Amino acid sequence: MTTDIETIIDRFQGDKAQLVSILQDIQAEYYYLPKDALEKVSQILDIPLSQVYSVATFFRAFSLTPRGRHLIKVCLGTACHVRGAARVLEKMERDLEVSRGETTDDLKFTLETVNCVGACALGPMVIVDDEYFGQMKTDKVEALLTQYE
Amino acid sequence: MSRLQSPQELEALRKTIIGRRHPDQPCITICNGTGCHAYKSEKVISAFSEEIERRGLGAKVDMKVTGCHGFCERGPIVVIYPSKVFYQRVAPEDIPDIVSQTVLDNKMVDKLLYVDPFSGEKFLYEDEVPFYKRQQRLIFGNNGRIDPTSINDYLAIGGYAALSKALTKMSPQQIIKEIKQSGLRGRGGGGFPTGVKWESCRKAKGETKYVICNCDEGDPGAYMDRSLMEGNPHSVLEGMTIGAYAIGSNRGYVYVRNEYPLAVKNVTIAIKQAEEYGLLGENILGTGFDFRVTVNRGGGAFVCGESTALMASLEGRVGEPRAKYVHTVEKGLWNQPSNLNNVETWANVPLIILKGADWYNKIGTEGSKGTKIFSLVGKVNNTGLVEVPMGITLREIIYDIGGGIRGGKRFKAVQTGGPSGGFLPESLTDLPVDFDELTKAGSMMGSGGMIVMDENTCMIDMAKYFLTFLEEESCGKCLPCREGIKRMREILADITRGEGRDEDINLLKRLSVTLIDTSLCALGGTAPNPILTSLRYFKDEYEAHIKEKRCPAGVCKELISYFIIEDKCPGCGLCVKACPQEAITFVAKKKPVILDQTKCIKCGACYDICKLGAVGVR
Amino acid sequence: MKELTTLTIDNRKIQAEKGATILRVARDNGIEIPTLCYNEALEPYGACRLCVVEIIRDGRSRLVASCLYPIEEGLIVKTASERVIANRKMLVELLLARCSREKAIQDLARKLGVEKTPFRAEYLEHNRCILCALCVRTCQEVVGVSAISLVNRGVEKEVAPPFLETAKACIGCGSCVYICPTQCIEMEDIGDTRIIHNWKVEFKLKKCKVCGNYFAPEAQLEYIRKKWNLPEDFFDVCPNCR
Repeated sequence: MTTDIETIIDRFQGDKAQLVSILQDIQAEYYYLPKDALEKVSQILDIPLSQVYSVATFFRAFSLTPRGRHLIKVCLGTACHVRGAARVLEKMERDLEVSRGETTDDLKFTLETVNCVGACALGPMVIVDDEYFGQMKTDKVEALLTQYE
Repeated sequence: MSRLQSPQELEALRKTIIGRRHPDQPCITICNGTGCHAYKSEKVISAFSEEIERRGLGAKVDMKVTGCHGFCERGPIVVIYPSKVFYQRVAPEDIPDIVSQTVLDNKMVDKLLYVDPFSGEKFLYEDEVPFYKRQQRLIFGNNGRIDPTSINDYLAIGGYAALSKALTKMSPQQIIKEIKQSGLRGRGGGGFPTGVKWESCRKAKGETKYVICNCDEGDPGAYMDRSLMEGNPHSVLEGMTIGAYAIGSNRGYVYVRNEYPLAVKNVTIAIKQAEEYGLLGENILGTGFDFRVTVNRGGGAFVCGESTALMASLEGRVGEPRAKYVHTVEKGLWNQPSNLNNVETWANVPLIILKGADWYNKIGTEGSKGTKIFSLVGKVNNTGLVEVPMGITLREIIYDIGGGIRGGKRFKAVQTGGPSGGFLPESLTDLPVDFDELTKAGSMMGSGGMIVMDENTCMIDMAKYFLTFLEEESCGKCLPCREGIKRMREILADITRGEGRDEDINLLKRLSVTLIDTSLCALGGTAPNPILTSLRYFKDEYEAHIKEKRCPAGVCKELISYFIIEDKCPGCGLCVKACPQEAITFVAKKKPVILDQTKCIKCGACYDICKLGAVGVR
Repeated sequence: MKELTTLTIDNRKIQAEKGATILRVARDNGIEIPTLCYNEALEPYGACRLCVVEIIRDGRSRLVASCLYPIEEGLIVKTASERVIANRKMLVELLLARCSREKAIQDLARKLGVEKTPFRAEYLEHNRCILCALCVRTCQEVVGVSAISLVNRGVEKEVAPPFLETAKACIGCGSCVYICPTQCIEMEDIGDTRIIHNWKVEFKLKKCKVCGNYFAPEAQLEYIRKKWNLPEDFFDVCPNCR
């Protein structure tokens, strides 16, 4: 049972200024920002829909399309970059047949990049859902992906 | 727990808490900061819990899960008090030995001790370990002593004594004077004198004043603020409350990056606890001073680290900066006087109030007082978070603390200040770390990222990396930044592909001038720094790429080729399987494989998988 | 009584109201400064940066956006110094690479002596939008319906209706069309229908009871009528016939 939009907005006492936080909670609940959810937010908070949409498209945290069951985050922070993160990302893109920011057709994986998760000693770093995989190399990618349903 | 109504009650509580503790009893502290977490420190923690329970040691041995200890390279880290025995790379299997030998018998578990890779010397105690010895961990050192979710731990080490002193023994003007005299400068990158900022905000006219903590640490490769907020959130809150009192504000915000859920969690817990204790919220310590703090999460935008963009985001709008001809201390959040400071800046405040400005300003250099926490990462041996006095040289940080360059390679450059900073070459390794010195050299202090690069780093590739990052993070409002960064990145991409033209360097310089002169905010204004410093110190690399179509560091894909080093290749065929293009053919056992250059896409899979160094790059 | 202050613009001593912007003061005194995203009826935006001027304070000079910078006593301003012109040229070169066919941009280029752009212009060459946001700001500040907004960030930024579908809040007034400096909003009135292609909207036009001409979208008239509490039949007759 997913929490409805009204309840989520209530958590913030209907404060317009908390728009970003409200959208985040909606995203956490629904795995993306559904169109009707945004329309409801606009209605209840009395913010023009165009502004809600602006905010939803400005911040990288938000996705307007459904995301995969598993979220892969490849760290492209400077330390990881210096240790070859770009090649790891390329291998993932090849294997999953998506570009960064996209979701696989079967909705299994969404491939994203992040800038520094603070585990620089273990770079290149890949996080899948809540699990951290350090010292990633191109030859370890396949094994990693097959772990997930 | 009833709220504390006076400094006396606070001290009485502190005494009680300390009285209940057994400082001579062994206390096992386990680092659960992000780095160690990625090393599966959770398993180490449960292993300790189980072992202690199994042996019925609950009453005799304490265990504390702490925030980041800083030596991220060697995690999981375990430090055993009171002697501070230092164990690194601890695995769950080691726990029974640690408990039976060290905790119960005062004997060392040799294999877990830190060994200096060059001298072979073994170190037993944390303070002796070379990585820590040269640091001055006034702020960060407390991470290892407390559980960040326990306000009692913070009180036990003297927490909130500064707040008590500030609220009851000092006037707002005296506090501002003290901060000014300390010489504290903003730790977020701007380096603006904090006391002066507070004073301007105090003087500004407005009904409501706001105090904001900027925890939007966006520089890729920097995670000091994260570790400070996760590991010691009370120190930040205490600083903010003192600042609010000095400025005349009753309302505060902590703005944390969306990508730092643990920091959000821990600071939220800290706020709740502080409120329960009467150290935050209404009528703090019975003084009548109110200060309420809420936590806001960022939405995933580097530009929101800029103060006006951050404030726009707090107002529920997109993170677009505005011109700062009228400063935010006069018109900031909701057009009211607002004082924004970085996490580390706030964390320095209690220390200054408690020990005094004259004690503080003896540390550091003439223009840069106190210590600074850096994230020392990249091609250095001892990766981690280091806190050093201002004025220490880059050489000392990289070699004495950092342990030198990984894999015995040659040092090439160190990058400071994130995407707004610059590259400093070998010739500047004796530069003292100081706001003004770094700026003079063309870089900047920034928030504290310090990325070490070796001979296999291509400076143009690095400049392209930073510009690519900024291109995605630009808010897009102003013309020079939005279009200019894209064009600079395009030119760099051309150069890395061997398509650079002679006029490109001039074009890059012209673009740089326009971005510096006309950008709306500092994102665009500092974007040229990676290019300008790489041109200043590594011009020969540009020329090699443009004129000779050659990448000296062996990085730029279109300009390099992989090849098989025949006398090292035993024909095991690992690379054959790894190659996505089937460009490598297996010949026979004990015979080297053959790489077809026409099929090679330079993905580097063969290079990565070969354990015998039989794949070369040129 | 408004407080006056004295400043110097291009070596001329000028007296003006304290707190006014450099741009206003300059224009009031016949000094031309180019702008693209500025309009008197709207809050200054500071995005095109063309209006940058050089200011000198305490011996240090820097460039600021004149549409936003408030004047101060003793301010020294140079509206067309070498540094300013060099920057304006680069800004126009960047604009040309984004939107080269627009007359407004070509005129600017000619004035500054910029012949061509050194950048690849295959990017958005057919796009006329320069992201001055005059349309968005007009819709928000003057009309008050906020039917459109700036969407995405960085180079992906564009003016769009929510979800890139019909802008439901649009009332078809066409203010955005009038204010756009590069004519990139396409609006057509065909018979009794108005279409604004960019926002994917269609409106029925109101017919005047007297002259029989279609003069404005019904939605727009209804919006104005409600906002100012006008009688139901107020717009049955068009402004010309009234």
